[in-house]
Amino acid sequence: MGKKPMKFIGRGLVDKGDKKSAVGKIYLIIERCKGCNLCIEFCPKDVLKESSVFNKKGYHPPELIEVPGEKMCVGCGYCSLICPEFAIYTEIEEDEKEAE
Amino acid sequence: MSMEFDVDYEYQDRCMYMAESHPSDEMLRDDRIPHIWCTGCGCGEIISTYIEAVKELDINPDKVAIVSGIGCIGRAAGYLKFDSFHTTHGRAIPFATGLKVARPELDVSVISGDGDLFAIGGNHIIHAARRNMDILVICSNNYTYGMTGGQFSPATPIDSFTTTTPYGNCERPFNLCDLLASAGAAYVARWTSIHVRRLQKSIKEALTKKGFRFIEVLTPCPTGFGRRNKMGTAIDTSKFYQDHGKIDHGADTRDVRLEDPLSDFSIGTFVDLDKETYLEAKERIFSREVKK
Amino acid sequence: MTAVITGTHFLTGNDAAAEGAISAGCRFFAGYPITPSTEIAERVSRRFPQIGGSYIQMEDEIASMCAILGASWAGVKSMTATSGPGYSLMLENIGLGVMMETPTVVVNVQRGSPSTGIPTSVGQSDVMQARWGSHGDYEVIAISPNCPQECYDFLIKAFNFSEQYRVPVTVLMDECVSHMSEKVVIPKEEEIKLFNRKKPKDKPEKHLPFKPDKDMIPPMAAAGEGYKIHVTGLTHDYKGYPVMSAECHEPLVRRLCDKIRNNVKKITLIEEYKTDDADVLVIAFGAVSRSAMTAVKIARERGEKVGLLRLITIWPFPDHVIQAYAQKVKGFVVAEINYGQVLYEVQRCARTDNVVAHVPLTGGRLHSPEEILDGIKEAGK
Repeated sequence: MGKKPMKFIGRGLVDKGDKKSAVGKIYLIIERCKGCNLCIEFCPKDVLKESSVFNKKGYHPPELIEVPGEKMCVGCGYCSLICPEFAIYTEIEEDEKEAE
Repeated sequence: MSMEFDVDYEYQDRCMYMAESHPSDEMLRDDRIPHIWCTGCGCGEIISTYIEAVKELDINPDKVAIVSGIGCIGRAAGYLKFDSFHTTHGRAIPFATGLKVARPELDVSVISGDGDLFAIGGNHIIHAARRNMDILVICSNNYTYGMTGGQFSPATPIDSFTTTTPYGNCERPFNLCDLLASAGAAYVARWTSIHVRRLQKSIKEALTKKGFRFIEVLTPCPTGFGRRNKMGTAIDTSKFYQDHGKIDHGADTRDVRLEDPLSDFSIGTFVDLDKETYLEAKERIFSREVKK
Repeated sequence: MTAVITGTHFLTGNDAAAEGAISAGCRFFAGYPITPSTEIAERVSRRFPQIGGSYIQMEDEIASMCAILGASWAGVKSMTATSGPGYSLMLENIGLGVMMETPTVVVNVQRGSPSTGIPTSVGQSDVMQARWGSHGDYEVIAISPNCPQECYDFLIKAFNFSEQYRVPVTVLMDECVSHMSEKVVIPKEEEIKLFNRKKPKDKPEKHLPFKPDKDMIPPMAAAGEGYKIHVTGLTHDYKGYPVMSAECHEPLVRRLCDKIRNNVKKITLIEEYKTDDADVLVIAFGAVSRSAMTAVKIARERGEKVGLLRLITIWPFPDHVIQAYAQKVKGFVVAEINYGQVLYEVQRCARTDNVVAHVPLTGGRLHSPEEILDGIKEAGK
């Protein structure tokens, strides 16, 4: 196990040029959240953080990190797949889809 | 018994968009959500990736049947909105076999756990693999019997601590992938609950294939196994899986043994064969012999 | 080849049972070879491919039982055949079949027991096991033929019961009946009366798979029909969803029992011979009823008022029949190839002043009529 070297492609090396990233919308079903924080930890864009509020079950659901510019949701849907509770999902904004 | 907290509704304005339902709800018994699984349990990801795979393949949900045994992941059948059967402990595979053979047009998947499939159901799974029975088996391997509180299972690594191995486990675990590869499975893969994209792709791949297909999914059990074996929270275990799971497609299954839960391990598609399935052999032999 | 082989045949009990199942519309058999039932699997494995059925040999009897439940939920009539040791393994999932209300048929060709016992010889010692073998409160139907013709006829009856009451039905055969060859008349297909499970009439969105009709039996959808049913061995509500409460458990378990108990008179099948004026009633079932018939005839020739009551459906036990006879006869003789099983049921139903004589055999051979005559003497005292 682990004998072969792993190949990494650094994200920073990809020439983005003038391409605009897609903009995603995040939807949250707040009462389903059990506060496992998987979406927060594993968001590829790091756009989420734990909030300070409680839902009805007493968990802290995620909220957006309010940093404009780089750290924007791109609607990749990773949080949707990784959420064990079906509490979060993303959509790509329609006009941005066109631009892709 | 459950405590309810006052919700700060201002929060909803600050954050994202609030929704009432999830796109997966169409294939989910959403009247049963939230499910019983602990915070951070990997069972949920198996369900979400399965649903995504079915959606992307555009399979008619009326023709999908889920069979599960007993255990935490055994409850999966109760959350998926397909024809779903929650059977006795270890017996999901023979039940699924009856379902598939009697109604071959169904896509029959067994979703169950390491204890259910490999201890009490061990005989059934090797024979289903031997027959190359046309079912997909997804095994949530959390190294333990979670539902009963964390006893050692046939997948528990040696030396591990569980509620029934308080001094350490004296038994060696099965190499699940190798066991089924040698028993005759047509497709064998291993992923973890953090590799959701690849897991989903693997489920898609498996759903389009025939014969006996097996996907082992390593899932964190923060409440049971993780807590007693210094694996930390579900986040810690997931990060560990992300860092130490080394993709090794086509690896010899003899080399993918999970000896130590805290060292590197292989993930990937290990076996992907086109071989005559049980139903194909049945069709071939009976169409030749039975024409009286 | 046609499914129903109309005509007169010379068949063993096992072969007749296989043909009975085929005539009943059974098209799925999962089994595991075990003496003395194996010939059923052998015949079915030859016949099913000719008529579009599926035979599958599983890795053990546990798997066989599960597979036939799965097939039944796929909408196909299913069965298995076994003997005592295999039946022991099946009981776990006969319980599942009861809880999931799954119509299916299990043939148990009884042999000398306990454990491996006498595999090639007769026994009748699985009577109580058929009733109580799986854990929990439940009711089942068990039917016992005494000749190859009945093996054919009663397999059809067993399927009809299972479809009507949505319960696994056990056919309690014994080695003698299974291996004897006799004339078997198979009727024309159109003359065979079949009962098929009720199908739901409501729309899938509104369907409640475990909501019973007035007859206490819910209609049954099959997998793949769009109903997206959930079926579990856990205590469940009308939706089929698990509910862990006494409020849900109580009515469910009561209904599972009552749908059989309340219909005991409808289900009961018996055969009576010279019972009208009898002072002593011999009670027997299966192969023993043949020895008992000879014994009763001998006693009658001697001028003794003896009758024969043959139990055809053993479960649910026909309490009402025994209780009625208890008012009329002096004594009962229970002849069975076990060390006391139906005996206790008869004692329960008898009056305190009835003599209940027992003629047990532990297996390996049939009673001689003389042995039963000894019992008649004791009961007539």
